[in-house]
Amino acid sequence: MKVAFTLNGHAAAWEGPPVTRLAAALRDDLGLIGTKIGCDAGDCGACTVRLDGRQVCACLVPMGQVAGHGVETVEGLAPNGRLATLQKSFLDHGAAQCGICTPGMLMAATDLLAREPSPSRRQVEDDGKIVEAVMAACTPAETVLPAAGAAVGARLARLDGVPKVTGRDLFGADAVPADALWIRVVRSPHARARFTLGDLGPLQARLAAVLTAADVPFNGYGIYPDIKDQPVLADGLVRYRGEAVLALVGARGEVLAIRDAEIPIAWTPEPPLYGIDAATASDAPLVQADKPRNLLLDGGVKRGDLDAFTGCDATAEGIFETAFVEHAYIEPEAGWARRVADRIEIHASTQTPYMDRDELASVMRLPPESVRIVPTACGGGFGGKLDLSVQPLIAIAAWKLGRPVALVYTRPESMAASTKRHPARIKARFGCDAAGKLVACDVSATFDTGAYASWGPTVANRVPIHAMGPYAMPNVRTWGEAFFTNGPPAGAFRGFGVPQAAIAHEAMIDVLADQLGIDRLEFRHRNALRAGDVTACGQTLDHSAGLAQCLEALRPHWRRALSDVAAFNARGDAWRRGVGIGCMWYGIGNTSMSNPSTMRVGLAADGTLTLYSGALDIGQGSNTIMTQIVADALGLPVGQFTLVTGDTDLTADAGKTSASRQTFVSGRAAESAGRDLRQKILRLANAGPDATLTLDGATLKVSDGGVVHTLDLAKVGSLMGEGTFDPPTTPLDADGQGIPYATYAFAAQIAIVEVDTELGTVKVLRMVAAHDVGKAINPTLVEGQIEGGIAQGLGLALMEEYLPGRTENLHDYLIPTIGDVPEIECLLIEDREPLGPSGAKGVGEPGLVPTAPAILGAIHHATGVRVHRVPVLPHRLREAILAQGAKR
Amino acid sequence: MGDYLRPTSLEEALGALIRPWTVLAGGTDFYPARVGRAIDDNLLDITAIAALRGISADAEGWRLGATTTWSELIETALPPLFDGLKQAAREVGGRQIQNAGTLAGNLCNASPAADGVPPLLALGAEIELAGRAGTRRLPLAAFITGNRRTVRAPGELLVAIHVPKPARPARSAFLKLGARRYLVISIAMAAATLEIEDGRVAAARIAVGACSAVAQRLAALEAALVGAALDPGIGDRVDAAHLAPLAPIDDVRASAAYRRDAVVTLLRRLLRSFS
Ligand SMILES: Cc1cc2nc3c(=O)[nH]c(=O)nc-3n(C[C@H](O)[C@H](O)[C@H](O)COP(=O)(O)OP(=O)(O)OC[C@H]3O[C@@H](n4cnc5c(N)ncnc54)[C@H](O)[C@@H]3O)c2cc1C
Ligand code: FES
Repeated sequence: MKVAFTLNGHAAAWEGPPVTRLAAALRDDLGLIGTKIGCDAGDCGACTVRLDGRQVCACLVPMGQVAGHGVETVEGLAPNGRLATLQKSFLDHGAAQCGICTPGMLMAATDLLAREPSPSRRQVEDDGKIVEAVMAACTPAETVLPAAGAAVGARLARLDGVPKVTGRDLFGADAVPADALWIRVVRSPHARARFTLGDLGPLQARLAAVLTAADVPFNGYGIYPDIKDQPVLADGLVRYRGEAVLALVGARGEVLAIRDAEIPIAWTPEPPLYGIDAATASDAPLVQADKPRNLLLDGGVKRGDLDAFTGCDATAEGIFETAFVEHAYIEPEAGWARRVADRIEIHASTQTPYMDRDELASVMRLPPESVRIVPTACGGGFGGKLDLSVQPLIAIAAWKLGRPVALVYTRPESMAASTKRHPARIKARFGCDAAGKLVACDVSATFDTGAYASWGPTVANRVPIHAMGPYAMPNVRTWGEAFFTNGPPAGAFRGFGVPQAAIAHEAMIDVLADQLGIDRLEFRHRNALRAGDVTACGQTLDHSAGLAQCLEALRPHWRRALSDVAAFNARGDAWRRGVGIGCMWYGIGNTSMSNPSTMRVGLAADGTLTLYSGALDIGQGSNTIMTQIVADALGLPVGQFTLVTGDTDLTADAGKTSASRQTFVSGRAAESAGRDLRQKILRLANAGPDATLTLDGATLKVSDGGVVHTLDLAKVGSLMGEGTFDPPTTPLDADGQGIPYATYAFAAQIAIVEVDTELGTVKVLRMVAAHDVGKAINPTLVEGQIEGGIAQGLGLALMEEYLPGRTENLHDYLIPTIGDVPEIECLLIEDREPLGPSGAKGVGEPGLVPTAPAILGAIHHATGVRVHRVPVLPHRLREAILAQGAKR
Repeated sequence: MGDYLRPTSLEEALGALIRPWTVLAGGTDFYPARVGRAIDDNLLDITAIAALRGISADAEGWRLGATTTWSELIETALPPLFDGLKQAAREVGGRQIQNAGTLAGNLCNASPAADGVPPLLALGAEIELAGRAGTRRLPLAAFITGNRRTVRAPGELLVAIHVPKPARPARSAFLKLGARRYLVISIAMAAATLEIEDGRVAAARIAVGACSAVAQRLAALEAALVGAALDPGIGDRVDAAHLAPLAPIDDVRASAAYRRDAVVTLLRRLLRSFS
């Protein structure tokens, strides 16, 4: 059918099947990739466009209904390259983070503003779609680029922001070559089954290829060099629902048109092992044949003597459980690959280009130099894009067929196939003396690591180090262990198990404080780790341990909230308010493992100044942060830099975007690179350290105490500065003693909640978050991380629970929307870390860690119910409230 | 690839229905059920049929054309009788969904959690179906027969929803409960229409959704409300025994026991909202 309509004010024509979704027609046929597809089911809002002036989900509109009507997309907001006021405002307020949902939010906001020129927060909420990055971030960013030497600390708008608010940024699914073949992955409907393949001949005859396990050169991958346990395609045995079995490769329409019944797989399902108890039962079958007892790994920290419990004046005990949690980045896994002679090139959304390169080389049995990773923009990762997803299949198919091959996961596929946060069962016992000084703790954290190891070892290692909480604790025993099950592989997710552990330690602290009648904030303040204290690992914290300052900053907010809440509760009706507090610490970077970053900055003969950064910006802002750091280190203004990021052929390895490490580790490397280039320039000009630089075209002027040296770069030739940083750590001994991290972030958050005691629903009204970040290189971006972390922490506490086969979409699996996210106030504490760039540490994960504990503490304060299992769905809380009433 | 027909007249649409078609209106239930696969349904798109559009009124009551969207309902000036239905409309998905999704689609899709059903039951709504043999009208309660099941024959279209004019001045209200504030499939919802005479309830229609395969009227509660004054005490008339028609289940959203418990609270609050 031919469809004539108006597109962004101009006549447009389209031809194709009328049932085609408007979103697909815009993207695939009309070249307008600003409209994003996050679910194809109306849930995420990323595809929002206006149809005759009304916002609709373009994934739900048939082209047949578009004929004769007017469509406006994000591309129409800035028709001649000039940003609309709304786009500029999004940029200035830091509303665009990774940018994947930004076009949809812009279109929804355009619609709202057309109806209501100055909407209230309530009206925004009524219009709200799923928003990870909260639009309430109201701190204006500087719109004028700062001068040389003034970048660090500035509220600079994201340097890569314009493409994000105009819809021009290219994510994994946005630049697939027109001649690419497509893959459809056939996945297991069973959590545990054996299978045999029938005659693939008929399918092969219809398609370019049908890939099976036999087509994978080395059919095992995994994060750890010695645990390559996950097959690219299962070989006769599947271990979780959603595991990849076959890859159908062909024209896009053809692979989609294959009916499930046409795929010859004979399944023999076996009873799956679900949960820790099933996996650890004495007669449990093994998930991985070479892993006895289904144990992936265990280990812990020991210090002092647990006999100290006998002398404690107060003790607390509890067992806490968490669920599988899905990252739910709005961009599903996507990318394409092509073979270039004897190399394979991967364009995909990722958090870790160099690990991808090495892993693909292993899977394909190629030397690493034969693999080039060209990361696309990443529409959210949160740890979920640290594992391979689409990459091995597109690489194998493109290599084999000599044509570009693309794979874009659907939302249900993304949810079923990708890693999850580890479900945890944490058994904790804490004791203190009569004055409220902590004396001893004993914590065992057991994790369900799902079918494959993924980042399970990282979680099991990191948690024992953090499980006592950010407190001085002389006598400690902590233990972490992870077991295989037939759940989805549990991997990396913002915090690597520490958010689960924090739920337990913060509940213990609350119980002790309440027992002794000590204010919960003051109890924490009394015990906070401070510079000079020794951790449970035996590490002396020489610097930058700002928890006490965080608590001091929160104190007035806390006291006010306590009295406000008491006044509200005097009404005595079904709605009760409570205030809670959560603290955390978080080791920056890998645990007791080298994790270097190398950054380069080049000044070309034509005067182009380029930062070559292997640090991937997945929305957290490293593109901007690295430039701010290098600019000040070199002494030239931010505005003169161009950025090359992530491409393994063009940048050096800056490690993965995880463990809150990029600002601290890569930032420090960027600082060194900037200084290195500066040194070279000063040497050429024979200038002293205080000289100022000015770059104008290919002319570099070096002014030193009134003397100006002019360097003609065309003559000097190109210059390159390089810096590397690897945070100093040491291995841990059998008792967990050593230096696991070079530095730690600290934070405390308070939550004010309202509980509807009759319905068991919880509304978080307000959060105040105090974070010791060492130095805020860009306060707006730091606040963005904290706000996003709080939104995710709220989801962990109140609603998110992934159940294979049951919550595999964004209407059954709930993540917070703008209507759930409270007002957030951020207090930035800067207790300088001498190792970090300008004193900075990291904040990527810390934003999330204290949130759930603060909310749970507030629920207890409001209702007297101590929650032991998250998410606190309404029915769970209501049952607990009723049970408590029965006890009384 | 299936056929696609977008007629502009009802006759043309009914004429086509001699063979099976999938009816397509706002698409908000249709597309989410077809993620990641080729769509090969033969589609009869009813959104261009003028006769199915718009809200009109006569002496008998109101006629809501089948393709009336949630947004159109919200934007139409209607008496307080419709407040409950409008409250429900504002809670169907987000604005994007309200702009596309239709009331009739919500009924034909017949999800146990369809937010349109309880308020329309409470309005005593009737369904008008048209087929080549003619039209028939039946109460909404008789139209939906089970989880995603209706009595609509393959050759029929839902052409309109009729809301009869109540004998006395009437008001309505709706309450929805979900695990997050917006964009959420209901754990339970309740709707009420009260006909009022001399400040007291003269007749009541109460319906509860997501607590049984099809939303149910609560006849015993309706009877118990007659004569009640419109003061906060009206909520106290709700008794757990009134919930007998409900048969809630455990699912990912909530437990059956919770639903029973929560519905009592929802109903009490709903009724108090009239005071
Ligand atoms: C993100 C999202 C959120 C949602 N939230 C809610 C919610 O909160 N509450 C809620 O109740 N629903 C919700 N829905 C479901 C949906 O929006 C409603 O059910 C909507 O009213 C369906 O109308 P439609 O016009 O889009 O139906 P369509 O998808 O076009 O059709 C739905 C079904 O009805 C049939 N049909 C439609 N019209 C007719 C007719 N006139 N005659 C015969 N058959 C017909 C179709 O064949 C199809 O089987 C949500 C959907 C999405 C995507
Ligand atoms: S892609 Fe349309 S709402 Fe998610």
